[in-house]
Amino acid sequence: MHVIETGNVAAALGVRLAGAQVVAAYPITPQTPLTEKLSELIEAGEMDARYVPVESEHSALAVCIAASSAGARAFTATSANGLLYMHEQVHWAAGARLPIVMCVANRAVGAPWNIWNDHQDSISQRDTGWIQIYSCDHQQIIDDTLKAFRVAEATSIPVMVCYDGYLLSHTYMPFAVPEQEKVAEFLPPFQPAYALDPSSPANLNTVTLPEVRLDVHGELAHGYMEIRYLLQEDLRNAVQVVEETDAAYQEVFGRGGVPLVEPYRCDDAEYIVVGLGSLTYQLRDVVETLRAEGHRIGVLGVRLYRPVPDAAIAAALQGAHGVFVMEKALSYGYEGALCSDLKSALYDHLPDKSEAPFVKGLIAGIGGREIRTADLADALRSGLAGSIPDPNWIAIQL
Amino acid sequence: MGTRGYRYKTSHSLPGPGDGGNTGSWRVERPVIDLARCTPARQGKEACFACWLYCPDVVVSRTIPPEIDYEYCKGCGICAEECPTKAITMVDESVYHEHGEG
Repeated sequence: MHVIETGNVAAALGVRLAGAQVVAAYPITPQTPLTEKLSELIEAGEMDARYVPVESEHSALAVCIAASSAGARAFTATSANGLLYMHEQVHWAAGARLPIVMCVANRAVGAPWNIWNDHQDSISQRDTGWIQIYSCDHQQIIDDTLKAFRVAEATSIPVMVCYDGYLLSHTYMPFAVPEQEKVAEFLPPFQPAYALDPSSPANLNTVTLPEVRLDVHGELAHGYMEIRYLLQEDLRNAVQVVEETDAAYQEVFGRGGVPLVEPYRCDDAEYIVVGLGSLTYQLRDVVETLRAEGHRIGVLGVRLYRPVPDAAIAAALQGAHGVFVMEKALSYGYEGALCSDLKSALYDHLPDKSEAPFVKGLIAGIGGREIRTADLADALRSGLAGSIPDPNWIAIQL
Repeated sequence: MGTRGYRYKTSHSLPGPGDGGNTGSWRVERPVIDLARCTPARQGKEACFACWLYCPDVVVSRTIPPEIDYEYCKGCGICAEECPTKAITMVDESVYHEHGEG
């Protein structure tokens, strides 16, 4: 079935299809319509779940942590400062290895207050141990949300599905809604790795000493460092789980094929623009324009940002002469975080460094600054001619 | 030998001695029972056991006389505070270390 709906509704329908059992959220623009939709569905009896209204995002994720610890499929969503307010619990959910799914409708963070789109909110959560997926259109939002539950439960790692506030969250687009009866083929009921059981009490994630210890059974139990290493190891292995999940989804629903990176006209490209989210689809128009001018250029969307699919990124960029990374966020004091990650991937994977492409970072659309296709084309023309704009923030007026 | 084969990937502890690590090493003061004042010890029968009841770490036994597991006792002093006959004294750990018993 195809519908014409907003990105937020696409996410909500994905959550309903997945059979989330507990939803806890606090309203924040531009995420609000997503959880409003879920609360409507639950209230109308169209979704068998418990909606827990809370007084903050910190509590929203705390409720999901508790629900997931008790063996329920849990979901929350937020944006911007709500995500930042949640930050302590974001780390906690990953450290506790709880397969929670969260949608982030990407929005700029304060100060100053700004409700429009950029990626600073979710990028600033990249080191929390969550899997981060960036959706580029409504179809990917609903598909990624459904896939996120399977990835999370297969890895015991929470998953963040990120999509652009307003540009995707509030715009209407046609998309296919997966058939509920087929979902069971793809997503089995949640089998928690461990669920709290009142008849067998346990303490989870209490003070864990630096050193390993013998537990009550006399078995050697992890210290903090072992637990954290296992998170890192499983996150690195999650690249493969994301690929396998996408393949399984494609088999059931016939869509997918770009779980890690999404190339567009990259095969013969001398230059490749790299980005996250809907910007990479907008860049396709720019690529067409520049191709018509004789430039061999393509665009590579990074779909999985954490764990970094470094081998796939390096393979996609190998052979290019130059790479432009266009980002809606940055690690203040240096450069765009994706730009740094990408350089790192190239350094690790290209055996002959002299053949590595040059990598130039560009910043666009901070705080919802209009990203005009013509401005993107101008910035890239300048880069192709050997000098990116200075400052490298597209359309800044200083 | 490591913990890779351990049944959980997280921190998971069950009620019982040792699941918080060797917490006895945290102790600054040691509770010491004077059996001449301790009710169950004096009467030779089950009585009082306020120390056993109040100990938050379950390291005081419900026996005659009560015994304290110094491997895990953190030295919080609640037993000494609650003992109705003042039979428990908190003694500075340095006393034991100086005598090589710590």
